[in-house]
Amino acid sequence: MMREMSGAEMVVEALKDQGVDVVFGYPGGAVLPIYDAIFHQNSVRHILVRHEQGASHAAEGYARSSGKVGVLLVTSGPGATNAVTGLTDALMDSVPLVCITGQVPTHLIGSDAFQECDTTGITRHCTKHNYLVKRIEDLPRVLHEAFYVAKAGRPGPVVIDIPKDVQFALGTYTGPKNVQHKTYQPKLKGDMDKIRQALALIAKAKKPIFYTGGGIINSGPAASALLREFVGLTGIPITSTLMGLGAYPASGKNWLGMLGMHGTYEANNAMHGCDLMIAVGARFDDRITGRLDAFSPGSTKIHIDIDPSSINKNVKVDLGIIGDCAHVLEDMVRLWRTEAMSADKGALAAWWRQIDEWRERKSLAFQNSAKKIKPQHAIQRLYELTRDRKPYITTEVGQHQMWAAQHYHFEEPNHWMTSGGLGTMGYGLPAAIGVQLAHRDALVIDIAGEASILMNMQEMSTAAQYRLPVKIFILNNEYMGMVRQWQELLHGGRYSESYSEALPDFVKLAEAYGAHGIRCSDPSKLDDAIREMIDHPGAVIFDCVVDKAENCFPMIPSGKAHNEMILAELADDAGIEIGSVIDEKGKMLV
Amino acid sequence: MSKSNVETHTLSVLVDNEPGVLARVVGLFSGRGYNIESLTVAEVAHAEHLSRITIVTSGTPEAIEQISHQLDRLVPVHTVTDLTLAGNSIERELAMVKVRGRGENRVEAMRLADAFRARVIDASTESFVFELTGRPDKIDQFVELMRPIGLVEVSRTGIAAISRGPEQM
Ligand SMILES: Cc1cc2nc3c(=O)[nH]c(=O)nc-3n(C[C@H](O)[C@H](O)[C@H](O)COP(=O)(O)OP(=O)(O)OC[C@H]3O[C@@H](n4cnc5c(N)ncnc54)[C@H](O)[C@@H]3O)c2cc1C
Ligand SMILES: Cc1ncc(C[n+]2csc(CCOP(=O)(O)OP(=O)(O)O)c2C)c(N)n1
Ligand SMILES: [Mg+2]
Repeated sequence: MMREMSGAEMVVEALKDQGVDVVFGYPGGAVLPIYDAIFHQNSVRHILVRHEQGASHAAEGYARSSGKVGVLLVTSGPGATNAVTGLTDALMDSVPLVCITGQVPTHLIGSDAFQECDTTGITRHCTKHNYLVKRIEDLPRVLHEAFYVAKAGRPGPVVIDIPKDVQFALGTYTGPKNVQHKTYQPKLKGDMDKIRQALALIAKAKKPIFYTGGGIINSGPAASALLREFVGLTGIPITSTLMGLGAYPASGKNWLGMLGMHGTYEANNAMHGCDLMIAVGARFDDRITGRLDAFSPGSTKIHIDIDPSSINKNVKVDLGIIGDCAHVLEDMVRLWRTEAMSADKGALAAWWRQIDEWRERKSLAFQNSAKKIKPQHAIQRLYELTRDRKPYITTEVGQHQMWAAQHYHFEEPNHWMTSGGLGTMGYGLPAAIGVQLAHRDALVIDIAGEASILMNMQEMSTAAQYRLPVKIFILNNEYMGMVRQWQELLHGGRYSESYSEALPDFVKLAEAYGAHGIRCSDPSKLDDAIREMIDHPGAVIFDCVVDKAENCFPMIPSGKAHNEMILAELADDAGIEIGSVIDEKGKMLV
Repeated sequence: MSKSNVETHTLSVLVDNEPGVLARVVGLFSGRGYNIESLTVAEVAHAEHLSRITIVTSGTPEAIEQISHQLDRLVPVHTVTDLTLAGNSIERELAMVKVRGRGENRVEAMRLADAFRARVIDASTESFVFELTGRPDKIDQFVELMRPIGLVEVSRTGIAAISRGPEQM
């Protein structure tokens, strides 16, 4: 389809052609023509956020829960710089976004014009790719290319910076057909020889483990289905990173729980002791590996990843397979079946016996209390009372995030939205808003900390405007708990600035935003209070007053290996000084 | 990563000649803490808007593999070739060397220039500018010889490289 129109109209037209139904944004001088084009149509819905960072996380929540590209629209200068945190977050967690920024007119670029900033310069390092469109002839191609780049291969954020004169200029619009990128064509199918080698290794392994990650979620539901099938066929135990939770169901028989710094004892010990590691769509992050030279020392490692730079980046592997994990898993499942392959059942049975011993340590256990609400207990109750609603869970960053990962159990992909790579406090509420817009009738809960939630609190106003019934479940420990925990580990328990002073009254705050507020500090009333939250038709802020002193265990201290975890029982032992666990070298790490 | 097995490699990167592409490549090196020892860039196919960037970098073999992959990941990058790994490349650099002096020094400078096949491209009664093309170590050597004679300054292009034989890089 070829038509004459303005650059601003092209933006809206391209959004329609790309199947975008929601755009998160905030207006300003340099995007007014685009806002005018939005005014004239009804197919793309604009959601007015209250801060551009909110737009970026809302677009992330929308994208991660729906598998579609999230779109945001912001003005030049401060609009663009406010979006930078969300763009960086999306880059770290491989979330497909298209961010359209207004720019001063081309003839003023470089003159320090009002609200000018070097948007492509600033975002070069925090986007997968970015464009400054100086000619109207390039705009339609760039718009469609941006969507392609955002979602192809390893997904990520793409910025399109459009000067105001280009928004006004007239040109010929062309649709997305035949937009073939010259250079960027990621490989989807894995090398068949390597896949056969991998299967041979799997068939003869004695102590194998699947270590899966966000790549399975990125790839889409087919990858999760194939993973489940393959795990079922082989009988191999499986663990996942924070980003991959839900790809394999937590109720599944082979599930070991999350691995890594706050992962389970069985997952981490199985990673340490395995003889074959099958990493699928996971990037050997430092939260996973712990001390690199002691990471799973005796194993052969297979790594399936769509991004060649993920392979051998932190950990040298023996067999790297480049491709989309759904494609590769499909080949694996098919060959495993047609060639009637089977795992070493005897060896696996012994391996499972070993794993069950580790499991017996019950590393997620905690001392419950009848007087104070324990944060882990609060998450467990939230889980039990909401699981049948198949809710979407988002989080902020801190201890509550880890407790959510440990005690809320995920059965499906795309139901867990958290800021893993960047660890952005303030992610959860706007992300929940984005999720709710993608799933209007679903139960969406932001599991929050009292400190994090204040970082993007203004988005309550967005929830109010669009009547989005998001539930904010605050584990209020009156501390930046994760910071406090590290101060105990590293700095002799000197709580420098980690106390949450002068907190607002969250119940009143909820009311001020036209939402419902609930406070609960009594364990015996918790269930009823949670039910009240679920049953309320609108947005809720739930101030769950929890034990202030609780720390998040188990934990692999920085600079330690997987088999050197601290368990809660150990930390509670009067004899163990938690501050002595990390050595000088470990203190340098984060 | 251990510093023990640091190697120097020449990477040839074919890119779309679009605004910001050089900033992307250079920013990748600074952002990820990689070294650049030499960098040259110029358009090599005008109609196709292609430029070739030749980068000399150093690091462990693992780091250099990672650098290649990171470069390849940039959207406007067509191909990345590790010429050192391929093992059959020709590398050249051009230098202009200004030397000042009179009498015997002047004669000596000319003699050395002759031996190195350097050309005189500017001359005054008390100076020469020599142009010299060759492998970087040859240029280093020439510059060192000129130093006691009256070296004023040097301008070098950085390394351009290509593979031998009929095939494309
Ligand atoms: C306070 C805090 C504590 C944390 N503690 C932990 C912890 O204890 N345990 C933990 O696991 N994490 C933890 N994290 C998260 C951690 O920082 C990382 O974000 C996370 O481990 C990375 O997950 P991933 O390896 O699955 O990679 P992701 O960031 O999800 O990357 C996905 C990988 O898959 C690849 N990929 C993408 N698409 C595809 C495809 N279609 N096919 C194949 N491959 C693909 C990508 O190239 C990439 O390599 C914590 C974060 C915070 C903020
Ligand atoms: C934007 C940002 N600033 C600082 C940090 C460092 N940080 C990590 S966790 C944390 C404390 C979070 O406190 P809270 O939200 O109350 O969660 P809790 O750990 O108490 O559950 C801080 C300050 C961060 N992750 N993000
Ligand atoms: Mg807190």
